[in-house]
Amino acid sequence: MSNAATTTAETAAPAIAPPMGMLAELTHRCPLQCPYCSNPVELERRSDELDTATWQRVLREAAELGVLQVHLSGGEPAARRDLVELVRTCAEVGLYSNLITAGVNITPEKLRELYDAGLDHVQLSFQGATAEVTEQVSNLPGAHARKRAFAGEVRALGLPLTVNAVIHRANIHQIDDFVELALALDARRLEIAHAQYYGWALVNRAALMPRRGQVMEAIDRVEAARQRLQGRLTIDAVVPDYYARLPKPCMNGWGRQSLNITPSGRGLPCHAAETIPGLEFWNVREHSVAEIWQQSPAFNAFRGTDFLPDACQSCERREIDWGGCRCQALMMTGDATQMDPVCEMSPYHDDIQQLAIIDAERDEPFRYRRFERRRPDRVRQPASETSD
Amino acid sequence: MSGGLAEATVVRLPRGVRLRHDQARGGWVLLAPERVFQLDAIAHAVVERVDGERSVAGIIDDLAISFDAERQRIHDDVLALFRSLIDKGVMEVA
Repeated sequence: MSNAATTTAETAAPAIAPPMGMLAELTHRCPLQCPYCSNPVELERRSDELDTATWQRVLREAAELGVLQVHLSGGEPAARRDLVELVRTCAEVGLYSNLITAGVNITPEKLRELYDAGLDHVQLSFQGATAEVTEQVSNLPGAHARKRAFAGEVRALGLPLTVNAVIHRANIHQIDDFVELALALDARRLEIAHAQYYGWALVNRAALMPRRGQVMEAIDRVEAARQRLQGRLTIDAVVPDYYARLPKPCMNGWGRQSLNITPSGRGLPCHAAETIPGLEFWNVREHSVAEIWQQSPAFNAFRGTDFLPDACQSCERREIDWGGCRCQALMMTGDATQMDPVCEMSPYHDDIQQLAIIDAERDEPFRYRRFERRRPDRVRQPASETSD
Repeated sequence: MSGGLAEATVVRLPRGVRLRHDQARGGWVLLAPERVFQLDAIAHAVVERVDGERSVAGIIDDLAISFDAERQRIHDDVLALFRSLIDKGVMEVA
C-alpha cells in the first residue's frame, strides 16, 4: 500500500464477484449422437483430457473461489472411469454435485457408488418422450428403455431427479408426453429446453428448427402444465430465441455467475465462446481457476456492459439481458460486441426471424454428432479414436 | 402440498438439498437442484433448526426462547417460511 503507483493501478479495478456455478465438461465422449448437442463440432479427444488429479485440483480451487454447485457434464461424464472419485472430491470440499447424464452407461452398482460418494442430484436427458423418438434422435437403439430403468434406480436410492428434454422439430409435439414421463418417473423437476443453435445444433439447424406456430403452442402447453402441477413438478423452460422479441440473458452475463471447463482444461465463459475469433482462453494446466476467472482475457472481454453499443447503454433492460448472446451477435453481424440480433431493437432482428422461418421449412436429415476421422496431418494416438 | 402443515408436523430437508455457509459471499445458502437460495439471518435461524426430528412446535418454542420474541409471531413466520420452502420443493414433511 506504500507504493502509490501500484496501489492506484490495483485498486482502480472493481472487485470481480466470484462465480456460483461451474460446468465441468469431463469428456466429449458419449454413447449418444444427438444432433442438437451444444458441444463444438470439433470434439476434444480422450488423449487431450485432463487427468484425475488435475480435475480434483480444479474442483478444490473452484470451491475456494466461491463456486457452490458443479455440473458434471460432457459428453457423457460417466465415460470417465474416475467419476466416483471426482464426486467424492466435490463432497469433500462442499461442492453441490449435479450429474448431467444420458443414463445409458451407468450400472446400478456404479450409481450406488456415486450415491455413497455424496452425489447430490441427477439430471437425466430424454431425447423423446417415446422410445421411437428417443432412438431416432440419439441414434442409439434401446436408449429409451435403459433411461427409464436408470431413472427408477436413481429414485430408488432417494436421489432427486430432473428430466431434461431438448426440444426441436422432431419432438416439439411431445410436450405433454414429456410432462407425463417426468411424473411417471417421479422427477421433481422437468427442463423443457428449446434447442439453442450452437455447435452441433447450429450444423443441424435446418433439421431441428420448428415452425413459429409449433413454438407458440409448446409455450402454451408448458405454461398450462406448470399451473396444473404447481408444488408437484417444477418446470423450467429455456425459450426458443430465434422467434423471440427479447434476447436471452446469456449465462446471466458474461463472466458474472458461471464458467465452463472443457475436457482439455480450457476455461470458457460459455459453451460456444471458442467460436469467437481472437479471444484468449487460459487452461487450468497453466492457471488456477481464480486466475482464469479474474484475469484471463476471454473472461474480461465482455464483462459488464461497457462494450455494448449506445442503443444498449440507454436500455432499461441493460442489466437484465446483458445484451444477450455474444456468439449469436457475432454469427449474425460479424461483430461480437453488437447487441444480440434476437433483440427487436437490433437492425438484424428481421434477418434472424427470416432464417428461422426458412430453416423450419427445410427438410434436412440429421447430421449425427460423431468424432471426425482424423485428417492425415493430425494423426495422434490411435487409442483416442475409440468412443469409450 | 403444504396445506397440512401444523405444529405437530416434522419437516426435513430432502436428499439433494443442503444448508451451507457461503464463505465467499457471506451468509448461508440452501443448495438445491439447479438453484441456490440465499437465506437472510432469520430464515437461517429457522432452517438450521430443521433436523428431521423436532416438530414445528419444538422449533417455534426454541426460537421464541432464543430470540425472546412473541410466540404467535414466530409461529406465523415459521409456518409461512416452511410453506414457501415446501412449495419450492426444498423441504418436505418427514
